[in-house]
Amino acid sequence: MRIPILKLHNYLLISIQTEIDDQTAIQFQEDLLDKIHKSGASGVVIDLTSVEIIDSFIAKVLGDVVSMSDLMGAKVVLTGIQPAVAMTLIDLGIHLKNVPTALDLEQGLIKLQQELGV
Amino acid sequence: MKPQACVNIHKEWDIVGARQLGREMAKDLGFGTVDQARIATAVSELARNIYLYAEQGQICFEIIDTIERRGLCMIAVDSGPGIADISQVMQDGFTTSGGLGAGLPGVKRLMDEFDIRSEVGEGTKIKATKWIR
Repeated sequence: MRIPILKLHNYLLISIQTEIDDQTAIQFQEDLLDKIHKSGASGVVIDLTSVEIIDSFIAKVLGDVVSMSDLMGAKVVLTGIQPAVAMTLIDLGIHLKNVPTALDLEQGLIKLQQELGV
Repeated sequence: MKPQACVNIHKEWDIVGARQLGREMAKDLGFGTVDQARIATAVSELARNIYLYAEQGQICFEIIDTIERRGLCMIAVDSGPGIADISQVMQDGFTTSGGLGAGLPGVKRLMDEFDIRSEVGEGTKIKATKWIR
């Protein structure tokens, strides 16, 4: 299973719609970095509106992909984290500090524009 | 007789299967969306631990329905290497797998009751319960 990555101008947009298993998460990490490299995108929005569960492994993969993209020079914003998911993550002790987030896709794109100074 | 369901964990996809079953049972029992997410996440952590450290094991769900209270109990059993120092694995941030070290202390916070028994060379048994408020 592959998570589709869409390109819009110099941004990449990802909406995670499926139940993520570990393998899909790792594959997504690789695919996204590869796509950043090939497209020269400067910003990425990962929308998590349809994601019902983020456990410690998925959280680590998401946090890592933000740091990895940052190293490459692309900014990533996570959007649409559900209330139940946010509460569960804090219970788990996962705070995802240094990870930019926004309420929804629209706010995420605004945040990217601010961060990139466009 | 207690209604019960079990999932065998021996491949990575079983982690997803286990958490889906846990969430379904929680939903049917009448847990709210936040507690459903807490239960599904706890199952995911326990199932991953089995897969990572013991290679195989089983997670069983048991519905507790008495006059006083209702809840969902999950029991994760494996016959893996066991845990030598339980207090160590219950510390936030302790990991031997390069993960976040959030798993077991996280599960304890997500659930209402948590019990862990482990014997080196014998395996590990974790029992965790969430009550409907």
